[in-house]
Amino acid sequence: MYPEYMQDSLKKVEASRPSRLRLSREKGREHIFPAMTAAQREEVLQKFHPDYKKIAKRPLRIGVNKGESITTEVADILEAYSRINPDVFDLNHPDMETDVLIVGGGSAACSAALLAEQEGVNVLLVTKLRLGDSNSIMAQGGIQAAVNPQDSPIRHYLDVMGGGHFDNKPELVEALSMDAPLVIDWLIELGVMFDRNPDGSLKTRHGGGTSRTRMLSCKDYSGSGILRVLRDEIECRKERIRVIDFSPVVELIMDTDGRVAGAILQNFETDEYFIVKSKAVILATGGMGRLHIQGFPTTNHYGATCDGVVLGYRAGARLIYMDSVQYHPTGAVFPEQILGFLVTEKVRGLGGQPVNKDGYLFVFPLEPRDVESSAFIRECVENHNGVKTPSGQQGIWLDSPIIEELEGVGTVERELPAMVRQFKRFNIDITKEPMLVYPTLHFQNGGLDVNARCETSVPGLYAAGEVQGGTHGRNRLMGNSQLEITVFGRRAGTFAAQYAKSLEKTSDLTLEHVRKYNREVEKIGIDPARVSPILLPDYIPNHVKERQLTSHYLGAIRG
Amino acid sequence: MKEKETQKKAVAIYIMGKKFFVPEGSTIMSALEYSGYQLKRGAGCREGFCGACATVYRLKGDYKLRTGLACQTVVEDEMLIAQIPFVPVVKPVYDVNRIEPTIAVFKNLYPEVFRCVACNTCTKACPQDINVMDYVNAVERGDIEKAAHVSFDCIRCGLCALRCPAEIAQFNVGILAQRLYGKYLAPGSSQLEQRVKEIKSGKFDDEMSCIKKKELAELKKMYYERDIEPGEKG
Repeated sequence: MYPEYMQDSLKKVEASRPSRLRLSREKGREHIFPAMTAAQREEVLQKFHPDYKKIAKRPLRIGVNKGESITTEVADILEAYSRINPDVFDLNHPDMETDVLIVGGGSAACSAALLAEQEGVNVLLVTKLRLGDSNSIMAQGGIQAAVNPQDSPIRHYLDVMGGGHFDNKPELVEALSMDAPLVIDWLIELGVMFDRNPDGSLKTRHGGGTSRTRMLSCKDYSGSGILRVLRDEIECRKERIRVIDFSPVVELIMDTDGRVAGAILQNFETDEYFIVKSKAVILATGGMGRLHIQGFPTTNHYGATCDGVVLGYRAGARLIYMDSVQYHPTGAVFPEQILGFLVTEKVRGLGGQPVNKDGYLFVFPLEPRDVESSAFIRECVENHNGVKTPSGQQGIWLDSPIIEELEGVGTVERELPAMVRQFKRFNIDITKEPMLVYPTLHFQNGGLDVNARCETSVPGLYAAGEVQGGTHGRNRLMGNSQLEITVFGRRAGTFAAQYAKSLEKTSDLTLEHVRKYNREVEKIGIDPARVSPILLPDYIPNHVKERQLTSHYLGAIRG
Repeated sequence: MKEKETQKKAVAIYIMGKKFFVPEGSTIMSALEYSGYQLKRGAGCREGFCGACATVYRLKGDYKLRTGLACQTVVEDEMLIAQIPFVPVVKPVYDVNRIEPTIAVFKNLYPEVFRCVACNTCTKACPQDINVMDYVNAVERGDIEKAAHVSFDCIRCGLCALRCPAEIAQFNVGILAQRLYGKYLAPGSSQLEQRVKEIKSGKFDDEMSCIKKKELAELKKMYYERDIEPGEKG
């Protein structure tokens, strides 16, 4: 329920709805507000996008990308010590051996496991939390694929390049757009229930920055609709795909020929460590929202702590665009319990409109995400047209009731059940009242630099999904992450398996790269207490921490 | 409510019996963390999509055992809380390419479905407000399409299975129905079939290698001049 003081503003939104509706019907949704020109986009980004703030970045002082400016919070965890003492591990006696080790539990990891298994190699999938715990499962709006006759992979390519401000790596965008329909076909063969029209054709809608309706969906449980099937399939192939959950990788292992050749695994509950020897390793660890860049709330999963970037970087893998973070325009800001939660872009895809405190539309609803977010911030910060929340945040109204008038009564309930449910828990009926939103930390645009075979710059090390960089340049479009994780997950699985099969001999294992990295960290004077990957965010309040005074950890008594 | 009203009242909760004071309005998950628990199990997406944080609780003066997601349920004074981070069920293995979308599959893999006593406890336990019994009954009748659609919003928290007196693992039954529907029963898309053929035959290869080689200025021009397909009606 919205507080009393917001009622005036809510009435203004209602009052302006008929004229906005008329505009939408008369001119067409794509013309309700002029889309920004290239120059206007550049201006709003420069002035209001959080990435452009001075504090946003700092030069990295160690490793392959030394000297490059990257997101400050990422630089902090890269300039950190290993969690382990490399000297205590006897690498001559691995605890487990496999052909392909996959690290992660989302759709990229699952796709990789299924395709690697098809190549006939041994597959071990290890993940920090449960199988399925990932940003993948939270994706709501959809997955892009050029499946309609009026669309093509070439169009898709162009939209992705433009959305990413042309910084994207062309070979990755080619793979993304050309594989897309094939991936959809594969997912349907596995039993994914995409939304369809009565004639069987796949329902397609617009997302921000699409020139053709290309967004496929599974209601607003798109990520879950895909991942639940991939996970079920993995569980059905458990004879050939071994899964170990609650076991984060804390360090990669290399061999004396400079290849990645395994990993150190921590049993998250017993704190035992295990040596896994593997011919190839695929990092599919997801993103970094839980680093809370610049203090932003996040849409991300609890485990999204940038682990894969840290692991890969210590092993010498190059990073790309780690200076770029995606803020999703529509994160919930009210009620406070759901601060930062994702409100899917599909709301705007269905015709929902962002309006200010006076009920005015101030931006084209489906600009690329970075542009749309920056416009929201401008409207609140510079134009003072945001709505204040009881906890002091600001927000923009996202008019969802207008969808009922544009697309018919019942559309919101049918197309956005997760959103309806989410807000109903807090007594807000989004079929009748708008949602209050503000940009929220959403996606890691950059990551490990890979080619279209998902090979990083280090032999034996592959990356797929959000942990990889380059596909989206410095801005991802809606529906291309669900696509990226499946397209490149599959590719990583296939190519890593083929590499593993072709490897004739293996060499001695080593953690020398960890020792070397630790020495570099020491040289720049980092506090010994700073270790990474951080594995989980820390939400314990200070008044509790002050009492957590265990000085020695012995036996069963741990912190 | 005033804009600056940030000072919150404390409420007493019992985490597995132990008393803590937490800010009013907290979710069970944030209350656990406020109390000092570093969660490993029992926390996932924190937005109600993953089912990691199934929780049972009782309220003051109420005999009923209630169910919910820790990330979505707000604490109440004197609430008695225990998390259930794992639900042991045996998952049958099948090859989706070798089964048929018929009732026989369920009789074979999930015979317990047909022992449903229609008590509706599963539905009452569901934090997603899914009519769980409805889809179990649909499976019993062989209506796979209905079972697939009714179960679709399931997030696998497992609370239905824990409460079921007939020992059914409803969420596994639901995913099987969904996969059978998605693969065999949903109407096919001729457009998708056509597009897959075109890609496999290399129809777009030349154009793709051409656009990949375009100069930045030319590509930008193409992008900003491209036409936008009208959206849906309205």
